[in-house]
Amino acid sequence: MRFTKKDILDIESLEPNEISMILDTAYGMKEISERAVKKVPTLRGKTIVLFFQEPSTRTKLSFDTAAKRLSADSLSISKSSSSIVKGETLIDTAKNLEAMNPDVIVLRHPSSGAAHLIAKRVRASVINAGDGIHAHPSQALLDMMTVREKKGKIKGLKISIIGDIAHSRVARSDITGFSKMGAHVFICAPGTMIPMGIENLGCTISPNIETCIEGADIIMMLRIQKERQGNILFPTEREYAMLYGLNKARLNLAKKDVIVMHPGPMNRGVEISSEVADSEYSLILEQVTNGVALRMALFYLVAGGGRHADSD
Amino acid sequence: MQTLIKGAHLLDPGNIDGKKGIFIKDHLIEAIVDPDDIETKTYIETRSDTKIIDAKGMIVVPGLIDIHVHLREPGQEYKETIKSGLLASARGGFTGVCSMPNTNPVNDNRQVTKFIINRSKELGLSKVYPTGAITRGSLGNTLAEIYDMQKAGIVAVTDDGKPIENANMMRRAMEYCKGLNIPVFVHAEELSLVDGGSMNEGPFATFWGIKGIPNAAESIMVARDIALCELTGASVHFCHVSTKESVEAIRQAKKRKINITCETAPHYFTLTDADVKDYDTNFKMNPPLRSEEDRLAIICGLSDGTIDLIASDHAPHSVVEKDVEFDMAAFGIIGLETSLPLSLKLFHDKFLTLEELINKMSKNPAKIIGINNDIKPGNLADLTIIDPDVAYEINPESFKSKSKNSPFSGMKVKGRVFLTMVNGKVVYLNGK
Ligand SMILES: [Zn+2]
Repeated sequence: MRFTKKDILDIESLEPNEISMILDTAYGMKEISERAVKKVPTLRGKTIVLFFQEPSTRTKLSFDTAAKRLSADSLSISKSSSSIVKGETLIDTAKNLEAMNPDVIVLRHPSSGAAHLIAKRVRASVINAGDGIHAHPSQALLDMMTVREKKGKIKGLKISIIGDIAHSRVARSDITGFSKMGAHVFICAPGTMIPMGIENLGCTISPNIETCIEGADIIMMLRIQKERQGNILFPTEREYAMLYGLNKARLNLAKKDVIVMHPGPMNRGVEISSEVADSEYSLILEQVTNGVALRMALFYLVAGGGRHADSD
Repeated sequence: MQTLIKGAHLLDPGNIDGKKGIFIKDHLIEAIVDPDDIETKTYIETRSDTKIIDAKGMIVVPGLIDIHVHLREPGQEYKETIKSGLLASARGGFTGVCSMPNTNPVNDNRQVTKFIINRSKELGLSKVYPTGAITRGSLGNTLAEIYDMQKAGIVAVTDDGKPIENANMMRRAMEYCKGLNIPVFVHAEELSLVDGGSMNEGPFATFWGIKGIPNAAESIMVARDIALCELTGASVHFCHVSTKESVEAIRQAKKRKINITCETAPHYFTLTDADVKDYDTNFKMNPPLRSEEDRLAIICGLSDGTIDLIASDHAPHSVVEKDVEFDMAAFGIIGLETSLPLSLKLFHDKFLTLEELINKMSKNPAKIIGINNDIKPGNLADLTIIDPDVAYEINPESFKSKSKNSPFSGMKVKGRVFLTMVNGKVVYLNGK
């Protein structure tokens, strides 16, 4: 099988066999990351543009590291260094980037659909590194990678996602991805953070955190962004923690070998207690390592040798 | 100069319904005659310069009127001018349109009103019946000089594009307008509920990750302004109704004999939020495309008479506003040149009789803005001739409008305008 997608825009547009292929490739890439010399010449001569219109240190560093390990030339354009601030539209900027002849454009943007918009206008492959509240496919793929690695499978697992689903592109992509791969996804959040019709993406809304966690194989805690939400969505962090925080007692309701994940950065004492965050159940650091491998896999698949040779 | 329209079916609801010939002399309808009388020839022979329009198989109706049109001039001529907007009106079969006051400057004073009226008269295309702002600058704070604008020619007031957030301001506006006997057009929107949303709230907005606008953002304001209408007795017209809750609130208010009317736009009975795909900003308008349930409620409202009329909310935007991220894109789509064929579908699908449809696109709008457009001798010859059965595909490249922001590109429709006549003059003839 060959990977034929030009772009990685969201999880919806990936078939289950494509997701499996990405994960398989990522495991191979992880092996490279564990070598003494963590660099292969696979993408030498290829240009990867990291175009981040929203602040992000971790995701950008992860993509950048992935590009370097594959020997691609990566260049970074951020909000302040691009002319978007001077009134240039996203499409203008994308066309200017195109003039540099990049092979891949990695885009992070505050508007949902931004990656779709430029993908239609440029020859380069576009990887969506997060668009508004819509999608964050590389994060969801790395979550799936981690889960499959630890559990040997995704199918049939109970995945509990707790927190601000409404404003989380990670949650949307995770729900879609895990349910596509045959897991049973349950979500739990205050009513103010559950978007209308979220069940259609493939999840069940649990009435409380206890029901949600009970028997879970995986617990995924979403970050509460108090700076973004003021206090119209929940009254205080204290009350949030009372209702939706993950503590040891709640963790005990899950399966014995439960894994706790968090896309980071964590608010200790709010959505997750320090005790749980630092426990053996937590895979939070492991996700960072897998993140690089997964992004190497994406670069390799969209820009590597085997890529839709007939369409170039 | 005399014109004869012959061979057509003449339909003026409540007035005429049958095969008739119409003689037009200068600006006016001169006579309506039976087909046999035309053939006696005596009528024609005495006037050898008679121009004959053969409209066999067509329907002649009182000129269509679209009471919700953004002509953009003055101020945003790169989107539309009065001229391009009126060419589009003529092509769409509209002999008259109400221009919305959210131009730049806002039509909140007689100078702007006069400018619009003079410019449109000098063009000699379709007519403009301007609406003026309710509040100065449409800012919702102080009343505009409504009487002065009324003397200059406005037919209604509205702060369209923006709701009047302060209920007391709206109350006073209604009271004031009641005294002037001028209708208030309401753009019903509770901004705190819109909260930065850009499509209908629901599963599709969730799927695309687009912030949603709930139905209640509209129906709350409809309910408020029904209450204020009841309080003040003003004549209130609700623009672009899109939700089932609004339709129901209006239905109940009408049962209580409250002095309200309302319109919907063709996109609300043609499309739903399921059609918003791949961040295509030509499907972004305000109010947004709603659910299938709402679409059906709009059709029911049209069928049972709750919704008085169809207006396009023609809102031209250039690529500068539309070829951008979905949440950054301007709200609004053009509609003048698609309104009739899309509405005719309601007739072809038997949701409306032709008579009801013509009421909703011609007679009812005329009534609301105080015009008599009956087809009768002595009245101005503002007529639309419809070819109801011809099938084709909508192509925005053929539009006269300066902007092309239509979601209907490629849609198959049935029925088109054959001819539009304003003041006895042909302003549009199909293919010409
Ligand atoms: Zn409006």
